[in-house]
Amino acid sequence: MRLQIGNETVEVNLPDINAKAVGGVIAAILLLSALFTSYYTIQPEEEGVVLRFGKHIKNVPPGLHFKAPYGIDAVYKVPVRRQLKQEFGFGTRGATNQFQSSSPQEMESEKTMVSGDLNSALVEWVIQYRITEPEHYLFKVRNAEDTLRDASESVMREVVGDRTVDEVITVGRQEIESESNEKLKALVKLYELGITIDQVQLKDVNPPKAVQASFNEVNQAQQEKEQSINIANGNYNREVPKASGEAEKMISEAEGYVAQRVNEAEGDSARFTSLFAEYEKAPEVTRRRIYLETMGKVMPAIGNKVIIDESANQVLPFLPLNQKIPTAK
Amino acid sequence: MKNSATGCFAIIAIIVIIIVGKSSIYTIDETEQVIITQFGKPIGDPIIEPGLKFKTPFIQEVNRFEKRILEWDGYANEMPTKDKTYIVVDTYARWQIVDSKEYFERLRDERSALSRLDDILGSETRNTIAKHELIEVIRTTKERTPTVEKDIAEADLTGSLGKLIPIRRGRSQLEKDIFETSRLKLKEFGIELLDVRFKRINYNESVSKQIYERMISERQQIAERFRSEGAGEAAKILGDMEKELKTIESEAYKEVEIKKGEADAQATDIYAKAFNVSEESADFYEFLRTMELYEEMLSGESTLVLTTDSDLFKYLKAVKPLAPGTSRSAVVPAITAPAPAPVTPPR
Repeated sequence: MRLQIGNETVEVNLPDINAKAVGGVIAAILLLSALFTSYYTIQPEEEGVVLRFGKHIKNVPPGLHFKAPYGIDAVYKVPVRRQLKQEFGFGTRGATNQFQSSSPQEMESEKTMVSGDLNSALVEWVIQYRITEPEHYLFKVRNAEDTLRDASESVMREVVGDRTVDEVITVGRQEIESESNEKLKALVKLYELGITIDQVQLKDVNPPKAVQASFNEVNQAQQEKEQSINIANGNYNREVPKASGEAEKMISEAEGYVAQRVNEAEGDSARFTSLFAEYEKAPEVTRRRIYLETMGKVMPAIGNKVIIDESANQVLPFLPLNQKIPTAK
Repeated sequence: MKNSATGCFAIIAIIVIIIVGKSSIYTIDETEQVIITQFGKPIGDPIIEPGLKFKTPFIQEVNRFEKRILEWDGYANEMPTKDKTYIVVDTYARWQIVDSKEYFERLRDERSALSRLDDILGSETRNTIAKHELIEVIRTTKERTPTVEKDIAEADLTGSLGKLIPIRRGRSQLEKDIFETSRLKLKEFGIELLDVRFKRINYNESVSKQIYERMISERQQIAERFRSEGAGEAAKILGDMEKELKTIESEAYKEVEIKKGEADAQATDIYAKAFNVSEESADFYEFLRTMELYEEMLSGESTLVLTTDSDLFKYLKAVKPLAPGTSRSAVVPAITAPAPAPVTPPR
């Protein structure tokens, strides 16, 4: 190359060398970058979807793979084997799946529902799903996960809307889970989201906050009812067997009385009969003997004894009956 | 020198090729469809097949549109139903650009498409909601008997609890109404509406308050019922208990008295049989029993006034000689007579 600087012409060889060097460097850079952008790894839970010039050409399994560089081939990695979940009405912190729960200010209206008897209930639930057809998931529907959220909310309200508030809160939980599972499965299939629903699970289902106290009151009243019945039954069970026992005791005692009375009567009469048999042999003497024996026992025990002669009639009016008579002793 | 000239030319040629290539080669992604415009005018049919494509450089332009199914998430709007209940309705729809030429000419981009969807779906939703009672938006299945919690339903006297309000059409019918009318209106924009569904339906704040009050009063009457049932049952049980106790006690009393009576009768019979053998035995019994009574009755507290005429003290005055000819038996009446005499008080 010849350069004109002022009046001098200088022969310069450098540009020639430079052009070659630059070309070489550029080629080297291109080659290196091609090398570094032409391989990729698919993780064990993922499946790779490869596009060439935007056209889907193949899916690849986990492992190391190669592709054409410079944006000729593009690879989407879809976690097909990962169990994913979406939460409605609540959110677990630290979720790795960005679609797992909605924003906190959304949650309240997300879980508020109207039941089939026009009451209100707060329903929290979870859906478990997997991405099973990555092509559908990527190319058939935009934001498949958002669509899934909407569909799940719609289905849950449809199912809850066909039930009374008591069914929703207590007896109908399982039925709601299985019916919404079925309906959501069908809808997701219809929408071709490339997603398969594994499970719909109800979490906390409550009456609205303002109403909760009155629902609790019903439970409490139910308990109270049971309790007062139990107390009454307790009283019954305490008193009645006791009374039965006491009655049996009275009857036994009466039976004892019967035995005693009869035995005594028999004893008494046997004794009398024997005595009378002897008495009949010598009635006069026996009678006298018994009389005197009795007097012998009775008389010493009596404190005051006054003996009066028939003829001493005048003494009687002065007898101080209320006092002890010292002379008697 | 010749070398460097060809080098320069080569570089220029490469640059030109890159520029021309860049403006004539383009790719279409699986998710896209493309309309080629020439000076802003669409040329040919939309290109849907993905892959590497060519066009006339510089004068033709590539306009890309979504090929996938898109979602429209409506705003939560407050609106009245036919029965004048204010509810907040949140709907979503799924749509797709099927005629991208039409879509491109009339809407140009997605933002204006979404605002058109807002208008059309919003007003159709309003119309449909206003034509129906609230329950038609809530319920879906006409024939459904709810499972009833027996206790609660029995305790409820209003009779409304545990019952579903009947419907004529139902939620999915209403969704279909909105869908049908909106679909026709969106067709001219090259948009195919795939479906419309209610996402959320909730009471507005003031209606909520009324609903809550109703729910509270409903529950309270049930609670009251339970309480009074409890008290009633308890009273019944206690009454039963009283009855049982009285029965048990009186039956025992009856049995005891019967037994005792029978025993007394038996004893009386035994005594009578023993004592009543003859007049003599009856007399002897009386005598014996009287003697026993003296023993029991007379104690240290008693005062006894006796005359010397009495049998016991008759010897105190004198011993009378035996009257000649008197037999022992002649004395007997004298002994029997004074027996009751020595009892206090004196005559």
